[in-house]
Amino acid sequence: MSADQEAIKDVFSSFFVEQTGPESARNSMPLGFDVKAWKRISETGAPGMGVSPPAGGGASLSDLVIVAEEAGSQIAPLPIVDHVVASRVLEKLDLLEEEVLTGTLVAGLVVRPVENGVAKSVPTGAIANRLIALNEDKLLLITEDPPNESLPNHGDLPIAHREIKNANVIAEGTEATEIFDRALNEWKTLISAFLVGITRSSIEMTVDYVKDRHQFGKPIGSFQSVQHGLADLPGLCDGARLLVNKAAWSGDREMSGEIKLTDNEISDFATLASMSLVFAGETSLQATDRGLHYHGGYGFSEEYDIQLFYRRARAWSQILNSPSEECLHLADLLLKDSED
Amino acid sequence: MDFELSEKAIDFRSQVKKFIENNLTSEIISNMHKTGTFNDKSFNEALASEGLLAGAVPGYGDRDPVELYLLFNELEKAGAPYDGLAVTMLVAGIINAVGTEFHHEEILKKLLTGKHNCCLGYSEPDYGSDVASITTKAEKVGDKWIINGQKMWTTMAHESDWVLLLTRTNSEVPKHKGMTMFMVPMATPGIEIQPVPTMASERTNATFYDNVEVEDQWRLGEVDDGWSVMGIALALERGVMGGTNPAVPLLKHVLNWAETTPSKNESLMINNTLMRERIARTAIINQVGQLLTLRAAWIAATGGMPGVEGSMAKIYASEEYQKVVGWFQQMAGAEGLLSFGAEDAAASGWIDYDARHAPVTTIYGGTSEINRNNIAERHLGLPRSR
Repeated sequence: MSADQEAIKDVFSSFFVEQTGPESARNSMPLGFDVKAWKRISETGAPGMGVSPPAGGGASLSDLVIVAEEAGSQIAPLPIVDHVVASRVLEKLDLLEEEVLTGTLVAGLVVRPVENGVAKSVPTGAIANRLIALNEDKLLLITEDPPNESLPNHGDLPIAHREIKNANVIAEGTEATEIFDRALNEWKTLISAFLVGITRSSIEMTVDYVKDRHQFGKPIGSFQSVQHGLADLPGLCDGARLLVNKAAWSGDREMSGEIKLTDNEISDFATLASMSLVFAGETSLQATDRGLHYHGGYGFSEEYDIQLFYRRARAWSQILNSPSEECLHLADLLLKDSED
Repeated sequence: MDFELSEKAIDFRSQVKKFIENNLTSEIISNMHKTGTFNDKSFNEALASEGLLAGAVPGYGDRDPVELYLLFNELEKAGAPYDGLAVTMLVAGIINAVGTEFHHEEILKKLLTGKHNCCLGYSEPDYGSDVASITTKAEKVGDKWIINGQKMWTTMAHESDWVLLLTRTNSEVPKHKGMTMFMVPMATPGIEIQPVPTMASERTNATFYDNVEVEDQWRLGEVDDGWSVMGIALALERGVMGGTNPAVPLLKHVLNWAETTPSKNESLMINNTLMRERIARTAIINQVGQLLTLRAAWIAATGGMPGVEGSMAKIYASEEYQKVVGWFQQMAGAEGLLSFGAEDAAASGWIDYDARHAPVTTIYGGTSEINRNNIAERHLGLPRSR
């Protein structure tokens, strides 16, 4: 991490700890959006940090994964990942409005293809004023007030179905699919970083809990069965962070990367973004699963935070795709050269 | 950590790749599986004469120490015999860290020629993971040491010129404080080697030490301070020196098989949905294994001791390897049981071989449990559980 990146980490770590955290996640239910915290983060200029320097931004993907991990570590109910990715698309097409840049309007991404005129289960569907969607080979910009009501869901996210109306075609053909693919790969990378944050915090809070909780006259963290269940997790968390960082590194490079499957040399952005989502997703499932379990009955109760992390890990890791489907997409990327 | 290798490291890697292409013959590979000795002295010697070995010693010379990782990673990916070399370079690294001038002259310089090997004498029949309880005794008589005892799993002993031998020198103090390390020349009278065959093709050994007499100059580290030398050895060993990408050559063999083998429902195995999902998952496992290893190498390269990070890489790579082997062996059905040389053997017998080899990987070089203890205590700050 460069000195600048250390500074980004410190600033955003403090912000999310002070302004969001599990309390904010609880208080922003059922919508899944903390409007006050969004206003505060907008005052810092963060919603616009992903666009180019002349437009007021300048953060690379490698910088943004740091922000996303810190947001994930506090399960911040803020659409920061979606907003940053969508505003990069809007800037590319010269459609960036001042209100989006400042965060006054929320922008998001319809991560799955539109079907029959409806965008189903959009991650920011309940709160986004601007949505980017791919409908066959047309890239759409949906300009519409959001419903401000989310579908009740596992991860308390601002999920809603959105009908495609008030939509303009903003790109077509290969340009449309290329822009969308790039945006989706950025989204995968940043959501993976958010999941790494969830994993990191789940490990930390569980380790604290097992040091404190006594049974049979000792901290339960002194029992080897508990220790070994936890000892698997930091390596997975670090592995996920390394993979996400590598994806961001490849996404920031000007040149296109390589896929040498049998030599295990991979620097292709789409491939690494897909790997990140699968791996960071499953790592977060394992960390929150064990974390909840080692909290005993309290982990299952609403009062403790681990259940909030547990449910968000599941929500973010499969809101795009089932992990098996994502693996099949990944296999298509990996094996494309070996097909006839 | 930088994902972009330095130009020097990239050069080194292409040198290694080129070396492998020119020197690793199918005879060398089949011979290592036939004999069970995963070491080839003429191959090692050729590596040395190309100048590729000096960079493989942690902390030695002016090479970028990430090259250590690159060398072993390339050898592992290519399925080359590197087990003997890994131990030898590990010992070279220990000598470089704590050895005397005599050790540098008499051992390290020779190790760098590729003509000589070492083996590790830590485990005993009754003490494996609990290595601090070993009983092989070294007694100072006059200005010499007399060694008596037995070691297990001394792989490569039959190829080696020295054994890195952990001995008990003091029974009056806590067990960690009463051990001393030696580099005992294998030619010393009183050493006997017995082969121990294994369920995979690898050969290992039991070694016996009967009144073995060595001079004090063969002692490595201070008297009764063998545990510190062990600590250096373990930090150097775990994660960096191969063993963290075993599913890379496996995947290559499996792909060759899947691209040519009919499946029940689809034209070829490579089009089978479950197969494709598992190939993708294996590719992820291989990337993560590489990144965790590269990080450990990076820490070593910048002067740190990647003990915990090495444990993480080791647990991850070995346990995932076992999972991957299990997937592909089951996918191959009955043909996944057929060995090298058998007609119709899936992946020419590699699946059977990897399924035989995989169980040892969570045992040797520190069991998964020992590595989990290490992470729980030193990384998570949990109380000692033993």
